[in-house]
Amino acid sequence: MKSKTIKVDYLARVEGEGGLKVRVKNNKVIEAKLNIFEPPRFFEGFLRGRKFTEAPDITARICGICPVAYQMSSSHAMELACGVSVKGQLRHLRRLLYCGEWIESHVLHVYMLHAPDFLGYQDVIQLAKDYPDVVNRALQLKKLGNDIVALVGGREIHPINPRVGGFYKVPKKEEMDALGERLKWGIDASLETIQLVTTFPFPDFEQDYEYVSLSHPDEYPLNRGRIISSKGINISAAEFLDYFEEEHVKHSTSLHAKVKERGRYHVGPLARYNLNFDKLPEIAREAAIKAGIGKSCNNPFKSIIVRAVETLFACHEALKIIENYEKPDKPCVEVKPRQSTGHWCTEAPRGLLYHHYTIDDDGIIKDARLIPPTSQNQKVIEDDLFHFVSKNLDLSDEELTWKCEQVVRNYDPCISCSCHFLKLNIERE
Amino acid sequence: MNNISNVVVVGIGNEFRKDDGVGLYVSRLIREKIDRDIKVVDGVPDGYALIETWDDSSRVFVIDCAASENNSGTTYRFDALKEKIPGDLFDGFSTHSISVVDAIELAKTLGRLPKSLMVFGIEGNDYTPGTLLSPEVKMAADQLVEQILDELK
Repeated sequence: MKSKTIKVDYLARVEGEGGLKVRVKNNKVIEAKLNIFEPPRFFEGFLRGRKFTEAPDITARICGICPVAYQMSSSHAMELACGVSVKGQLRHLRRLLYCGEWIESHVLHVYMLHAPDFLGYQDVIQLAKDYPDVVNRALQLKKLGNDIVALVGGREIHPINPRVGGFYKVPKKEEMDALGERLKWGIDASLETIQLVTTFPFPDFEQDYEYVSLSHPDEYPLNRGRIISSKGINISAAEFLDYFEEEHVKHSTSLHAKVKERGRYHVGPLARYNLNFDKLPEIAREAAIKAGIGKSCNNPFKSIIVRAVETLFACHEALKIIENYEKPDKPCVEVKPRQSTGHWCTEAPRGLLYHHYTIDDDGIIKDARLIPPTSQNQKVIEDDLFHFVSKNLDLSDEELTWKCEQVVRNYDPCISCSCHFLKLNIERE
Repeated sequence: MNNISNVVVVGIGNEFRKDDGVGLYVSRLIREKIDRDIKVVDGVPDGYALIETWDDSSRVFVIDCAASENNSGTTYRFDALKEKIPGDLFDGFSTHSISVVDAIELAKTLGRLPKSLMVFGIEGNDYTPGTLLSPEVKMAADQLVEQILDELK
């Protein structure tokens, strides 16, 4: 049949409000659009006129899943603007906090949001009927992530303990040690997670992406590194806007980001993995190779395996930090404001998160710019949809709709962050 | 109550959205007023975390704001082990998470329900930004606090 319309009013298991439209004419896809209609949130406007120390608390409110990412990018950008660097155990504590968020966010997506797609269930409650042990493991692993964030950040969601310069207070050694045994269990549970998701049926779908992520010679990227791409970009965060730009498109309240010279690019777990495989600990590299994804993986459906590998990394890294922890003398370093601009990127669970701020001598924010991962991935999601539907026009409307929802969920999009839910509308003419 | 130490009171909601914070108002007031050691949880990060607040020996009271067509201040009481809670009475935490009703359903599926689970809802009216409860919601909340304290005597 050449002409028909498939419509899904609400695509569940994504964060935020949006829609999707794919138009097919004469058996050819002519358009694939991610329509985002969540109202704009004006956070950059709220920040102007506020004190530089308020940025981590204000921006954390952008997202209930990745508030730590916003606190980290904003704190680092302010510290850079003020000529301060947070080092030693305080830096390790920030990395630990971020590991907690990665575990929490990745486990939520792998088990609760994405696994039902592959196993043919509507949601995690249906999944739990047949796989109770799997869902119990997920709940326990997610709680481990939550508890790390609560210990270092003060509470699980929108942490209150991080600040520009470090923390308000730091955990005691014995509080950290109490997480050790649980993290050892977390490593085993992550290995079981990798084994589970490797058995899922994956469509044959590889794309030629320009991957963009942070990269650092000494570590798998979380808080620091240069921005690199699989097509030759190697820049500092201060150069971000020289190489990347955002544009307004009519069908989205979220800006679309692109590489100025080339267009769409891909951020998130696949990008980090492909650009930083050698920085993963041996246990994660071995598990990934055993899972059959090799040192590079270009099938976005297999991002679920990469998220599981990154969960293993985060548990391993967190354990390492805890085992080497010595309580720092001071919970933070002093940061005095000065007229300056600071740019910083960190790796949110969904990918690169860019912040830049200009402040004056009194530390008042004069300008702020935030570019979250979902804004950056919008073009690549639309491109994946275009090519996936083009390759799979023989599928029934029902199956194609189901798969298109998966194409979007491969990116774990956080539409609330980018503006900024999902309606699916496939029109065949 | 023979074993008071197994009591868990969970308040749910957003305290910065006026009536949506009624569950937290109730849990905090119970903490203030009760003269025995019980576990009070002021808010959970998401529906999944609700399941983690109890074990199979717990006697649980969950209080949340309800949103239906009834008058604000209307109080609902459900014995979650015996009756089905209308799915549309309590809103979800977010599109990323699951609602109170779904969390209870998940706990049931996993065989992780507590010994007793009472769910209370107070019909809200005003969800605009702010921290003050509507008068009729506050009155219903104060009555519910006394009711739960009586049950715990």
